[in-house]
Amino acid sequence: MENVRDMLILLVSASLVSNVVLSQFLGLCPFLGVSKKIKTAAGMGTAVIFVITLASAVAGLIYRFVLKPLDIEYLQTIVFILVIAALVQFVEMFLRKAMPSLYEALGVYLPLITTNCAVLGVAITNVQKEYGILTGIVNGFATALGFTIAIVILAGIREKIEYNDIPESFKGMPTVLLTAGLMAIAFCGFSGLL
Amino acid sequence: MNKAGERLYNGLIKENPTFVLTLGMCPTLAVTTSAMNGLGMGLTTAAVLACSNLIISLLRRVIPDRVRIPAFIVIIASFVTMMQLLLEAYIPSLNKALGVYIPLIVVNCIILGRAESYAYSNPPIPSLFDGLGMGLGFTFALTCIGAVRELLGTGAVFGTAILPDSFTPIGIFVLAPGAFFVLAALTAIQNAIKIRGRKKGKEYKKLQSGCSEDCMNCSDSGCSRRFYGTEAKDTGVEVTDLEKEG
Repeated sequence: MENVRDMLILLVSASLVSNVVLSQFLGLCPFLGVSKKIKTAAGMGTAVIFVITLASAVAGLIYRFVLKPLDIEYLQTIVFILVIAALVQFVEMFLRKAMPSLYEALGVYLPLITTNCAVLGVAITNVQKEYGILTGIVNGFATALGFTIAIVILAGIREKIEYNDIPESFKGMPTVLLTAGLMAIAFCGFSGLL
Repeated sequence: MNKAGERLYNGLIKENPTFVLTLGMCPTLAVTTSAMNGLGMGLTTAAVLACSNLIISLLRRVIPDRVRIPAFIVIIASFVTMMQLLLEAYIPSLNKALGVYIPLIVVNCIILGRAESYAYSNPPIPSLFDGLGMGLGFTFALTCIGAVRELLGTGAVFGTAILPDSFTPIGIFVLAPGAFFVLAALTAIQNAIKIRGRKKGKEYKKLQSGCSEDCMNCSDSGCSRRFYGTEAKDTGVEVTDLEKEG
């Protein structure tokens, strides 16, 4: 799996065909919660791309060079969740000191991502599918890209339908869920792509 | 023992984690393609929840307040790992069907929510039953949703055909979009009940779910923020400010 063509196929399949929110239901909370405005949705998406790519790199390295040599692969869940939590906090501190402008843009979203199941999900999928470190990073990036695409589209639709006349019991979350369901049908169309 | 019964009732009906608190939506949508998968996922989560509640409650005087969230996570993750190994050994078919969602029980906010809002401040026996009640409530909800999706999607429940052959299965209900539609209908029914209740003058005070109001609004105030302990409230304000600006 180490050549460019396979990487591109992985990029398309992880971001569009098996979209992380619309077909795997990971990271639903931010998907439903932070999708009121395109601007915030895009910010959240960028932060997710940043964190997931970094986390899949770190988790891949730890799995390969610490857990495997010591024969303690069964501790992966515990190790990954702690590493991700520490990583997010560390990234936040680092950005605040070193890159204040980037921190301005991403800062508020970082703490929201810590227990986002997509981050842990990608790290575990990488291990389960026995991806190498580079492939794992590509998979992480593609998954996060898929999340960003989905959340920005949903935010766009929500901005449009905000003032529509909707039956009272369908106001709020039910409408958003129906929208997400219709988007999921649209994304089903990508399955013919590969 | 009265307390134990009250806790079971509370978790199963009064504060049902899925139908009332809307917690832990990711597994609810992902694994309910059939009643059997829903039941399996529910029982696994219930076992983890009961064990972690018991242990956290036993250790509640030992765990320092500042590092309680990481401590909870380690305890929960240990039980999840145990369950995963047990399933791998004894029910490999279920383990295969649930796949990555078994390790992801760690980040299910029901478990962290109960640890934070109940087990950490109550004695072990009620905590155990609180975990059992919540876990069984979750199982009940997942099995129901799974059964509805399986019935509409394949015409069968638990693998036995129920609807006559003249019924054409609506395949989309066992696919990803179906999950969103079922949940949309569910929340709409919930809203309708609340609206009707309000007209009759009933007050719906915020239920104590441990983290935020519920998972739907999670990202506004966020269970994730609990990692940051004392700062939780400050950062919560930032997000609302930002939403107003944007």
